Amino acid sequence: MGRYNAFNVFWQGLTGNKGWERAWRDPDPKVKYEVIIIGGGGHGLATAYYLAKNHGIRRVAVLEKGWIGGGNSGRNTTIVRSNYMMPGNNEFYEHSLKLWENMSHELNYNVMFSQRAHVSLVFSPGHRDAGARRYNLMRTNGIDGEYWDLKRLKKEIPYLNYSDDARFRIEGAFVQPRAGTARHDAVNWGYARGADQLGVDIIQNCEVLDFVHREGRIAGVVTNRGEISADKIGLAVAGSTSTLAPKAGLGKLPIETHKLQAFVSEPIKPLINHVIVYGYGHGHYYISQSDKGGLVFGGDLDMYNSYAQKGNLPIYQDVMGCTMNILPMAGRIKVLRQWAGIMDMSMDGSPFITRTDVPGLYLNAGWCYGGFKAIPGSGWCFAHTIAKDEPHEANRRLTLDRYKRGFHIDETGGGPVPKHH
Amino acid sequence: MSGYRLDRGGRVDRTKSVNFTWDGTRHIGYRGDTIASALMAHGVRTLGRSFKYHRPRGVSTAGVEEPGALVSLYSGEKRITNARATTTEIVEGLEVHGQNAWPSVRFDISAVNNLMGRFFSAGFYYKTFFGITGRGTWEWMQFEKIIRRAAGMGRATDRPDPDHYETVHDYCDVLVVGSGPAGLAAAETAAAAGLDVILAEQDFEFGGTLLNGITPSVGDLGAQQWLTERLSALGSAGARLWKRTTVFGLYDHGVAGLVERVTDHMANPGHLPRERLRIVRARHIVLATGAVERPFTFGNNDKPGVMLASAAQTYVNRFGVAPGREAVIATNNDTAYSAAITLAEAGIRTTLLDSRSTLPGEAAERAKAAGIAIRNAMVPVQANGPRGIASLDYGRHQTDRDLSEDRMPAEVVGISGGWTPVVSLISHRGIRPVWNDALSAFLVEDTGLEPVTMAGSAAGHFSADAALNSGEKAGEAAVAALKGQGTVAMPAPTVPWDEPLEPLWEVRDPGRKLKCFVDPQNDVTTSDVRLAHREGYVSVEHLKRYTTLGMSTDQGKMGNVIGLALMAEASGQTIPETGTTTFRPPYTPVSIGVLAGDARGKHWRPTRHTPMRAEHEKLGCVFVDAGFWYRSWYYPRGGEALGAAAMREATTVRDNVGMVDVSTLGKIMVQGPDASEFLNRVYSNAFAKLAVGKARYGLMLRDDGIVFDDGTTWRLSETDFFMTTTTANAGGVMLHLANLLQTRWPEMKVHITSVSDHWGGVAVAGPKARDVLDGACPDIEFTDQAFPFMGVRQGHMTTDEGNIPVMVGRLSFSGEKAWEVMTPADYAPAMFRSLHQRIAAVGGVLYGLEAMDCMRVEKGHVTGRELDGRTTAADMGLGGMASRKKHYIGRVLGEREDLVRDDRATLVGLIAKAPNARFKAGSILFPMGETEGHGLGHVTSVADSPQVKSWIGLGYVQGGLAQWEGKTIMAESPVDVQSCEVTVVSPHFFDPDGGRMHG
Amino acid sequence: MIRIPCPFCGMRDHTEFSYEGDATVEYPPLDASMDDWYEAVFLRDNPRGPHREYWRHLYGCGSFLEVERNTVTHEIGDVKLAHPGMRETVK
Repeated sequence: MGRYNAFNVFWQGLTGNKGWERAWRDPDPKVKYEVIIIGGGGHGLATAYYLAKNHGIRRVAVLEKGWIGGGNSGRNTTIVRSNYMMPGNNEFYEHSLKLWENMSHELNYNVMFSQRAHVSLVFSPGHRDAGARRYNLMRTNGIDGEYWDLKRLKKEIPYLNYSDDARFRIEGAFVQPRAGTARHDAVNWGYARGADQLGVDIIQNCEVLDFVHREGRIAGVVTNRGEISADKIGLAVAGSTSTLAPKAGLGKLPIETHKLQAFVSEPIKPLINHVIVYGYGHGHYYISQSDKGGLVFGGDLDMYNSYAQKGNLPIYQDVMGCTMNILPMAGRIKVLRQWAGIMDMSMDGSPFITRTDVPGLYLNAGWCYGGFKAIPGSGWCFAHTIAKDEPHEANRRLTLDRYKRGFHIDETGGGPVPKHH
Repeated sequence: MSGYRLDRGGRVDRTKSVNFTWDGTRHIGYRGDTIASALMAHGVRTLGRSFKYHRPRGVSTAGVEEPGALVSLYSGEKRITNARATTTEIVEGLEVHGQNAWPSVRFDISAVNNLMGRFFSAGFYYKTFFGITGRGTWEWMQFEKIIRRAAGMGRATDRPDPDHYETVHDYCDVLVVGSGPAGLAAAETAAAAGLDVILAEQDFEFGGTLLNGITPSVGDLGAQQWLTERLSALGSAGARLWKRTTVFGLYDHGVAGLVERVTDHMANPGHLPRERLRIVRARHIVLATGAVERPFTFGNNDKPGVMLASAAQTYVNRFGVAPGREAVIATNNDTAYSAAITLAEAGIRTTLLDSRSTLPGEAAERAKAAGIAIRNAMVPVQANGPRGIASLDYGRHQTDRDLSEDRMPAEVVGISGGWTPVVSLISHRGIRPVWNDALSAFLVEDTGLEPVTMAGSAAGHFSADAALNSGEKAGEAAVAALKGQGTVAMPAPTVPWDEPLEPLWEVRDPGRKLKCFVDPQNDVTTSDVRLAHREGYVSVEHLKRYTTLGMSTDQGKMGNVIGLALMAEASGQTIPETGTTTFRPPYTPVSIGVLAGDARGKHWRPTRHTPMRAEHEKLGCVFVDAGFWYRSWYYPRGGEALGAAAMREATTVRDNVGMVDVSTLGKIMVQGPDASEFLNRVYSNAFAKLAVGKARYGLMLRDDGIVFDDGTTWRLSETDFFMTTTTANAGGVMLHLANLLQTRWPEMKVHITSVSDHWGGVAVAGPKARDVLDGACPDIEFTDQAFPFMGVRQGHMTTDEGNIPVMVGRLSFSGEKAWEVMTPADYAPAMFRSLHQRIAAVGGVLYGLEAMDCMRVEKGHVTGRELDGRTTAADMGLGGMASRKKHYIGRVLGEREDLVRDDRATLVGLIAKAPNARFKAGSILFPMGETEGHGLGHVTSVADSPQVKSWIGLGYVQGGLAQWEGKTIMAESPVDVQSCEVTVVSPHFFDPDGGRMHG
Repeated sequence: MIRIPCPFCGMRDHTEFSYEGDATVEYPPLDASMDDWYEAVFLRDNPRGPHREYWRHLYGCGSFLEVERNTVTHEIGDVKLAHPGMRETVK
């Protein structure tokens, strides 16, 4: 049973669900592929899908060290938005958001993209002005965005802390109505299934140990399941880019690996109907509620380089404080799980989708904590870059050499210190 | 009705009645009861409803692993959702409500979902609900509304939490987690060696298996006597004994997170915090966290009345409650025999089904003697009953299938499928447990670098003697580790049973369709596990995510191992080949409030006031947030609004004089023989030749050539400089300078000290500023000759507290003739009063941030709004300031090609073209006729200028003044539905040659 | 919580410190080439494993410490004051 739809769910239900097939095959690696994508996260899987779908390149393998979607694309807070203002990000993330809007249909897999609006709280006149610049730029570039004054905000979200007791008074919010949340695992599985149906080999438990170079080009990889050749290799292993890139011949990169924690609460009946975020008063915070009922939320980076996918207490405390700051009713709600992901923090907080100095090697990296929403756009642009050997219009600014030129895509103005982004 | 209170027995205090309500009905329990035991005593069986199918859920455990008996407590702002009935103590006045059901958990309309179960298989929602139009998300979002309403468990309050919480920092040598025999032994051994010990117990009583009859005696002593002696010994040895305290997470370097439930069990808690977060830094940790029994699955194994065998035993022994009149204990191992005997001895008719053909001789004899009917090679096949269980179909167990044989009456079925050591906490450290076939359990064999020792049944020592021994050894190991006495060999776990456990995960009768639940909260069945396998979601993580197995509030404490075993079977692999179990913090759910502690309301972040706060308040000042600071915003007169007050203040300053509090500026003393050279390197403009007694404006760049901060630096002597920074960057600049001196240029003889809080300061500005200051300082002359622009003087000021020391710089941010006067913070109020009197005498004003901002915009002076971390000095029109003769931080990278392009946006002034027209900061600037794209730049600041008599602003425009001066462009603010024609002018709107401040 | 032994103040929580990045970066002289500066400011080894890095004891003595820390396990190795002169005075 290949096609997913209501009728087949009904029919399979009647017949004991025996007819459902594997969502993707479990092939052994072949000796040679046209393109190898290293990294079976959302970015790698989407890239493989679009290589096959948009460019007809079907001799593609996705090599995943563990299980697909096991990195950040399966451990994020599932927010999808395109409220970026800097040239480079602005066009890229909107391209991605547009792909999100039809993704379930495209993949025949319900990724549950819920355009429930992203509400970014405003706490002071200066804060508002900074936000106005961002949301105005979104509007003048064809991206939706609006301002909710206090009256409107109170009507839409009555339970925020508007009281005199608040340390900083909420004054309003900038809102992107088309933004929202999605089901992260479904995105990974949907792209895997879609790519698989187009002939892509998704190979799990296949760790890349080294690279093969021939005549100045990249020629293949050495894995724990043998050597595999390829004409072109795309690296999509954000979080671990720095451990693989030198082996591929890329040398040092403008990346530090940091960890970011996330939290989910016990399931409760619908309480929060938007994505609510703020960055103010040395607080950085975002929260939404999953369809299952858990509050899904997070805050700042741990602020030190780390490859440990483990949480710690100080950020746990800080994020709960940030919760109570705007949601004082949340005190009695309990946290069910705390976890962490490791991410490529780039020097300006923005990613890279680019060719490299090594012929045949392409790089997709530097996603900081914003990679999930980028998955379709990243896959689309990376596939384009690999297939055509030149960037797509939406990723032409996301190059690795931009710092050398002095072109920073710095949304926060934090400068070349990764933890400031 | 099934359960009832036994006439005697249990640890509840039958002399202390406790009144509580269950869904509005009043009940009485005893002190020492949990909600589960108290309701069981009243024959209440259905306490909850499951997540997806809304099937009835009863009490199935007696501990934190409870997946089904989840209830809501209280109502209104005090409501708590998803409370485990099995661990929540009843307290006078407690309100307990069923949840996730309507109208009640007994009769729940949504139970129709159960009939739809065949369509609601694992992951079905990924395959449907996205609509038939093939576009967009609208259709899904309609389904989503329905799904969201059905999902979730309890309903949380939407009113502020009325309770408060606190955070405590603790230190100890050894933290022992768990107070069963192993934990007590470990704690006593460590304490006896003189170590500082904390013993943490999540229960409201110490003792673990000593409380429920699983460990009836230790050596020659009865459980209670041994427990009492141990606690007394620990108390005498100075150990801290904390009950109701859950160690919810282990973190780096022996740091543990603990939550103490302080008041939930108190009827009148007074001022105590509801819960307390304890952050314990332990040098060594002993995990004696015990083991939880695990069930095996059979048809309708989720029905109320089906519970763990040890739970049934606990209700009888600890709470004096019989879970039913007719009991079946079904097991695949020896341990359930003692549960069966406990039930039989309490007068419950008990049958024992053992899946094994060979029975444990001695235990079987004792069971028979207690009147228990034992059937070997028999398993339960399906539980029957309208809601709770009334009868049980059982059958013969064979290796590949089970055949139903007969039915017997049963009100309670106690299941034992083996024991799962609690390895959650060590798992938080990333250490993976390893499958032990003989014990049929995941065990941690090596704790790696962690300062952690496992003990008791958590380490696989399931017999009381072995647990005790391993506890003592764990205590010795902790002592050895901390006293540098090498390592202690920990005993290896051995199989304690007479007959081996027979692995059993699922009872199957090929002739019957059985609904067997692996995760009864999330309604994950054994069929769901097989479906996941069929569809390729084989990895343990995929299985969990696809089926939601183990994602419920109990985090799969019982079900995960079964799911893993079933997946192994479906894949034709062994359990270790299939995967292992992992756990993440917290061990049990922890309230958001307790982790936030007192970081809420006004205390969420620090509040900073200048030393002149009280003076401002006396004068009716309105404050505004600026970072953590409260800064003076404006001083309204007679109900003036912000705009009018700021306009009056700014006008008065320009016409007369005013004073503003500038204490929030960052202030750093830079001292030493190399101080001058140091400043010369960190500022982009020349500093080497700054004369003593002079100040200079300086622009500091980051390494990448972008402007970092600006401020003035005053040379007080050859080797002493007083640097001011922007308010926002005070900490950042200090860090930057410290970094340079300690890591990059350690050879420089310079010392820096943050003195931001040591000095209070005001600026006195306006044409009459000299009149105000003249005579204020007996030893400072304020004439142009004696005190020229950018001059710095030190002296004294006459105040109502006598002569106070002051440091004065002739600087101007407003563009007026102005002096900044600094005094040690304690004297600041006196200085303020003295100067305020003088200002009032000449008709001047106090002015706030709003008026100051207006005046600096009129002057084209930049602030953080212009300096946003993306601009170069040249962008700000200050390119000419940078020295060409010296090398400084940021110079090299500031010359990168994209930073020196001549089409970069540069600072300009903007004036609204039409009278009274207004434009806003954050507007995007476009050439006339264009409204799309990134435009020419943006508006950074605006002000309603009393001097220009129009709204003016600063902004960045591509091409800058050179291209646009005098031309009209559009300021577009779509989010305000506003566009405004503005004329581009020089940013120096007012007094461009600076005659007013110089003269 | 990472625990860092400050040579001045003793064992402290990492929340008393601010992380100040890779200590192996050698910043070039102020008049060095753009390439040298580019490499120092933008490129990082970012190792998975032992890492020499700076932590400033912000809410303590204010010192920059050079700390060897494993980025996978967070295990702390050698810790010393970053300033060579100060290092001599505090052993």
